[in-house]
Amino acid sequence: MVAPPRPAPAANRRTWIGAGTLLALAAAWYLATTATGLVSPARFPSPADVFDAGWQIATAGYAGGRLAMQVWSSTRLVLLGFAVAVATGVPLGLLMGWSRRAEAFLNPAFLLVRPIPPLAWIPLAIVWFGLGDAAKVFVIWFAAFVPALINSYTGVRTLDPTLLAAARVHGASPRRLLLDVVVPGALPMIFTGLRLSLQASWTTLVAAELVGAFFGLGRVLMTASRDIYPGMIAVAMVWVGVMGAAMTRGLGLVEAAALPWRR
Amino acid sequence: MTRAERAALTGAGLAAFFGAWMLAVAAGWTSPQFLPSPREVGATFVQLLGEPFAGSTLPAHLASSLGRFALGFGLAAAVGVPLGLGMGWFRWLDDVVTPVFEPLRFVAPLAWVPFAALWFGTGIGGPILVIFSGAFPPCVINAHRGAALVERRLVEAAQTLGASGLRVIGHVLLPGALPSIVAGLRISAGLAWQSLVGAELIVVSSGVGYVLVQGQSNLAPAVVMSAMAAVGLVGVAIDVALRAAERRVRRRWSPA
Repeated sequence: MVAPPRPAPAANRRTWIGAGTLLALAAAWYLATTATGLVSPARFPSPADVFDAGWQIATAGYAGGRLAMQVWSSTRLVLLGFAVAVATGVPLGLLMGWSRRAEAFLNPAFLLVRPIPPLAWIPLAIVWFGLGDAAKVFVIWFAAFVPALINSYTGVRTLDPTLLAAARVHGASPRRLLLDVVVPGALPMIFTGLRLSLQASWTTLVAAELVGAFFGLGRVLMTASRDIYPGMIAVAMVWVGVMGAAMTRGLGLVEAAALPWRR
Repeated sequence: MTRAERAALTGAGLAAFFGAWMLAVAAGWTSPQFLPSPREVGATFVQLLGEPFAGSTLPAHLASSLGRFALGFGLAAAVGVPLGLGMGWFRWLDDVVTPVFEPLRFVAPLAWVPFAALWFGTGIGGPILVIFSGAFPPCVINAHRGAALVERRLVEAAQTLGASGLRVIGHVLLPGALPSIVAGLRISAGLAWQSLVGAELIVVSSGVGYVLVQGQSNLAPAVVMSAMAAVGLVGVAIDVALRAAERRVRRRWSPA
């Protein structure tokens, strides 16, 4: 069901109420932490604390490096793990969707491993690979692999059989069938899977870095937590959110470019 | 493909999975410090059921995890569902909450761990905040969607027939939104369980997540893998229970 478009004044009203809410929250934050001292700065940072912490990590660095380096360290690992997961999960999902034999053969192992949440792999990854990059990439791979595979599989299985039959009747070779019909047809579902994969990658990486890492935003969070430095905790959380949003948006742009017929 | 062929392929798949695992162990490609054999993991699992590890037996750890899970998930549902419904019914509430809610959704649940520890300690309160932050968004989103899906016509019809405000909510709005709410609760429970394991890896001293970490620091992969199996089994059990609830609700409420 599609909601009727809201008239312009309502949309305007929405923006105003939204801005008003955020302003009111900011004012309440300032009042509670700074003007009245109702909330102790050891528990909740004041706006000035957050600004100082942000300035400190951007210029002098914190927990082993400057902000740009920490953000890049986390982002690089997520992109690496995500790329490996896409490169393995999507083809495997397409294969399992295409061939019932492949599905019957591969599904049992997948069903055994799938219920284990990615975060539960972190300790095993540390035993196997230590605290370095390899353990992170392994855990991200697992987190992102599952949704990539499932959605690619569903994408093939939900293809319109008429399309496949039509392509066959017109003499399409299996190769053409795969490249011109199956993959483009499954692409919207594949992208749904990739969105979930990317989200899972980011969540999992933050967790893995909290458990143990040398660099990255999770490491900043953990160090700030040990130092009882609420301003820095808030800065790291904001950056976790910003990078999560930026990656989602980036993937959205890729999707729009890859599915031009949907625009 | 015949049914027999399918069964044979499924059996072959299982055999290949465990076969590759056992071969890797038997051929000595990895040391048992890194990859124990399936039999060893099974034996450790059985042993953990009876003998205490990291303070208590595996069932006792699971019970303390489930307690945290129930509290965090219950709190998320108790706050999230009414909030989502309210946002669906009252435009002003939606306008006020959405600009705060949307950006917060992008913060990974585990990133709340430091503040959770600072505000509520590492005992029971801290992990619950983390579980809550994982489980809350699907509750809100699905309740919101469910409320928005209730047909205006039905509400107007009930009002025309003289139903009071409370009766409209109880007999029209809530039943209409229920299937979507229950679907949201299932997603939410999965995320809650996963966030719980993450929180327990970091801040607490009991629960399955703690067993995972202790197994890791003792370099006992058989313990880690047993705990992973336990996490998976409980996760499946929770999902099966909620799936059954979802089916019941659908059968009862969906328009015939």
